Amino acid sequence: MSKTQSFGITGFGGYVPRLRMQRSAIAAAHQWMAPGLRSHAKGRRAFCSWDEDSITMAVEAARDALENHPRDTIASITLASTTLPFADLQNSTIVAGALGLASEVRTLDVGHSQRAGTSGLIAALRQGNAPALFIASDRPRGKPASGQEIGFGASAAAFTLGSDKVIATLLASSSRTALFVDHFRGEGASYDYYWEERWIRDEGYLKLVVDTVETTLLEADISATEVNHFILAAPFKGVATAVIRKLGIAAEAEADELQADCGYSGSAHGLLMLAHVLERAEPNQIIVLAGFGQGVDVLVLRTTDAIGSFRPQRGVSGALADAQDHVAYLRLASYENAIDLEWGMRAEKSIKTALTEQYRASDQLPGFVAGRCNGCGTIQFPQLPYCVNPACNASRAEFEAQPLFDEPAQVLTFTGDWLSYYPAPPLYVGFVQFDQGARLLMEMVDVGAAGLDVGTPLRMVFRIKDVDKVRGYPRYFWKATPIQA
Amino acid sequence: MATGIKDKVAIIGMGCSKFGERWDIGPSELMAEAFEEALQDAGIERKQIEAAWYGSCSDPISVGNSAIPASMALRLDGIPVSHMENMCATGSEVLRAAAYAVASGAVDFALAIGAEKLKDTGYGGLPFVYKGTFNDLWLPLGSTPAGFAQLAAGYRAKHGTSKDDLKRAMAHVSWKSHQNGLLSPKAHLRKAISMEQILNAPMIADPLGLYDCCGVSDGAAAAIVTTPEIARALGRKDMVTIKSIQLAISSGVESGTSQWDGSYIRTTRAAAQKAYAEAGIQDPRSELSLMEVHDCFSITELSTMEDLFISPDGRAVHDILDGFFDRDGGLPCQVDGGLKCFGHPIAASGLRMAYEVYNQLQGRAGERQLVNPDIGLTHNLGGVPYLGIAAVSILGLYAGK
Repeated sequence: MSKTQSFGITGFGGYVPRLRMQRSAIAAAHQWMAPGLRSHAKGRRAFCSWDEDSITMAVEAARDALENHPRDTIASITLASTTLPFADLQNSTIVAGALGLASEVRTLDVGHSQRAGTSGLIAALRQGNAPALFIASDRPRGKPASGQEIGFGASAAAFTLGSDKVIATLLASSSRTALFVDHFRGEGASYDYYWEERWIRDEGYLKLVVDTVETTLLEADISATEVNHFILAAPFKGVATAVIRKLGIAAEAEADELQADCGYSGSAHGLLMLAHVLERAEPNQIIVLAGFGQGVDVLVLRTTDAIGSFRPQRGVSGALADAQDHVAYLRLASYENAIDLEWGMRAEKSIKTALTEQYRASDQLPGFVAGRCNGCGTIQFPQLPYCVNPACNASRAEFEAQPLFDEPAQVLTFTGDWLSYYPAPPLYVGFVQFDQGARLLMEMVDVGAAGLDVGTPLRMVFRIKDVDKVRGYPRYFWKATPIQA
Repeated sequence: MATGIKDKVAIIGMGCSKFGERWDIGPSELMAEAFEEALQDAGIERKQIEAAWYGSCSDPISVGNSAIPASMALRLDGIPVSHMENMCATGSEVLRAAAYAVASGAVDFALAIGAEKLKDTGYGGLPFVYKGTFNDLWLPLGSTPAGFAQLAAGYRAKHGTSKDDLKRAMAHVSWKSHQNGLLSPKAHLRKAISMEQILNAPMIADPLGLYDCCGVSDGAAAAIVTTPEIARALGRKDMVTIKSIQLAISSGVESGTSQWDGSYIRTTRAAAQKAYAEAGIQDPRSELSLMEVHDCFSITELSTMEDLFISPDGRAVHDILDGFFDRDGGLPCQVDGGLKCFGHPIAASGLRMAYEVYNQLQGRAGERQLVNPDIGLTHNLGGVPYLGIAAVSILGLYAGK
C-alpha cells in the first residue's frame, strides 16, 4: 500500500456544543420512575442548541481544522453521520457551501451505521492523493429516561487528508461484517431500540472487535504492546477497558472516552476521540481506532515527525472547555424534540423558503460573502444592486467578494427579545460591527451568564436559521456568539 | 423651483373612531365611524369627494389588499381610490397623498383615511410581518420592541447614560402619557399608572418593560382636505392648513455602513430638517405649541426629542425628567396620551395625531385644551430605527386672508 505511505492525515479539529446538561439534573427529573439513573448521574452531557444539528457541528469542526489550510485545493468532502437532517438532499453540499469550498469539490454523505465514521475515514484515506476533507458529526437521541438520553452527547470531528505535511499515516486497516443487531433505528423513527448490554459486550465487542483488531495489528506488523493509543467508542461504560485487557494492550493506552463533558456522540465519537488523541500524540506513536456496528472497522495509524507542526484552532480540548452549564432538564427535552411545549400563536408563522430565491442567493448567503466596493471601499452585506454608501452608489459589478465568517466583530447594539417566538428565549438580536467595517443585524446565540454589552467580542457560527415545521425544511445562516461562554 | 405645500392645503374635516379592543365592529365599520365624523365636520357631501387614499398595513387579517374594501365600505363610487402601505407611517402618507392632490389642482376635495383591525389575530402584540423571500433567508427574526430596544444600548454607549437614569427617563415618558390619556375619551387605555408599576413591569425586550410599549388597538382616522380658498368660501374660521409633510426612508446607511452609531433615528432627523425648512420653522423648541410623536416605545419618544432637534443630543433624559414635555411643560407632547394610551392601529395613528393637533389648534380639545396653540407637529415612524420610515408634518392656523 504505497499510496498510504505518502497520503495521510494532515490536520484535525473538533467541535462539542457549548451547552452541557448536568446529568444529575436529568436523573433528578426522572427519579420518580427511573431511580436507577442516579448511578449515571456523574458529569455533564453535551447537547445541541435548538439551532444546531449534524450539519452545523460539521461546519464548526471543519473550521477548527481548516484555519490556515487553503480551501480551494480541497478536492473532496465526506460527511459521516447517522443523524443528518436530510434523507434526500445531500447534507455535505450544505457543509461545503458554508465552508466556501470550490464548486468542483466532490461531495459524499455516509451513514446508516455506528461505523459510518470509521468506514468513511478508511475510504477517504484509501481514495488517493487529492487533498480531502473528512468530517464525522452526530447527535444521537435518547428517549426521555433512557440510558441513552443521560449518556449520549453530541460532537463532530474533522480531518484534512493529503500528501503534504502528513502528521499520521495509515499502516493498515481492515473491516469485517456481521449482522449483529445490538440496536437499530428504522427509517423515520426517533429513537434506537437496544438489546441487552451484557450480550452486546460479551458477544459483540469482546469477540468481534478483539478479533478484528488482532487481524489488523498482524497485517501492520505491530504487536499489542506497541500500541500507544487505543480508541474504541462505545455507547456504554467499561467496554474499551475490557477489550484492551483481552488484547494485551497497556491500560494507559486507552483513550479518554470524554464522558465527563460530552458523552457518546454516535458515529462521530471515535473520530472525536482521535482528534483529541492527536492533540497530545508524539511522533512515531501507534494509534488504533476501532469502530463497531454490524461488524467492525480497525485503523492502525502511525504519527509522523510532523505531528507537532499542526495545531487546530482550539481543538477538542478547547471545545470541551468552552462550556455553559445547564440544569433545566426540560430545555434538553425541548431542544431534542422530546416534548412539545406550548409556544403560542406566534409560533404559527409560516416559515416557507422560496427555493428559487435561496438558489439565487447562493453566491452570498451560505459563505456569508459581503461585497467590498471598489469605488469607495465600503464593505457591505447583503449585496444589493448599488453600493450602500450614499456618497458612492456604485454598481454591484464593482464589488469584490469578502467573506465575513472568520472576521473579528463586536456588539454594536443588542436586546433580549421575550415577545417573538423563539425556541430558546430570549432571542438576542442586535447589530454586529465587524472590525473591517461591515455591519449587519444578526441573531446572537449561546449567550451565557456573562451576557452581552456594547463592545462584547463575537465570532460567527453557522446555524439553523429557521425550521419550517410544516414542510420539514430547516434553513441555515450565520449567527454571532460571544467568544466567552 | 418647487415651493412646497405650505398653506396650499386646508384640513376642513377630521374624524377618529374610538380606539381600543373593538370586539363589537369590524374594519369596514371602523372606517365608517371615522369617515362620518370627518364628513360632518367638513360639512360636505360624500359625492363631493373626488379622490381618496386608504391606508392599511395588515391586510391579511383585515379587509384584504387594494382599495376596493375601502371603496366598498364607504361607497366611494366612480372616483379614484388608492391603497397605501408604508408601515406605521401610513397614516401620514395618505394625508400627504391627499394634500398633494389638492395642492396640484387636480381635485378640490380629497379624503385620507387609515384603518387597522389588529385585534382579530387571537394574540396580543402586532401581527406577523414577512420581510420578503430574500430577507427571510438571512435577516434575524425579532419583534418590533426588539428593534427599538436596541436604541437604548446605542444611546447608553454614546452618551454614557447609566441604565438606571435611562430607565427612569423612559418611565417618565410613559407616566406622563398615561396622565394625559385620562383626559382622552377616545383613548384605549385610560388609567393612571405609577412610576413603580412602570419600572417593575415584566420585560418585553430588554430594557423595555410592558409599560414602555404602546398598546395594540383597533382604530381608524380620516381627514378631508381642500384649498384654503374653498375652505374660506365654506365659512371656515380658525382654519388649519398644512405647513409641511415630509418623509425620509432608510436606504441602508444605518444597517449596512458604520456611518450610524445606533444611538438615534437618522430618518427622523432627515424628515424633520426638510419639514422645518418647508414650514419655515427656525427654532422648533420655542416655536411649536405642541407635538404628537410616534411613542411606540418610551425609548423612541426619548430619542425623538433629540431627533426633532428639540433637545440637544444627550439632553433628552434631562428635559424629560424636568417635565418639559408634560402637559404643563415648555412643549407639551402627547397631550392626548399618544400611542401609549390610544394604542397603535398602524395606518390610523398618523391621522390620529393630526386629529389631536387639528382639534387643539381650533380650541376643540375639551378638557385637554392647551392655551392658544397655533402650530403643532406630528411625527409618525414606520419600521424600526435602522430600517425605517419617518414622517414629520407641521399643521398650523392659517394666517392668510
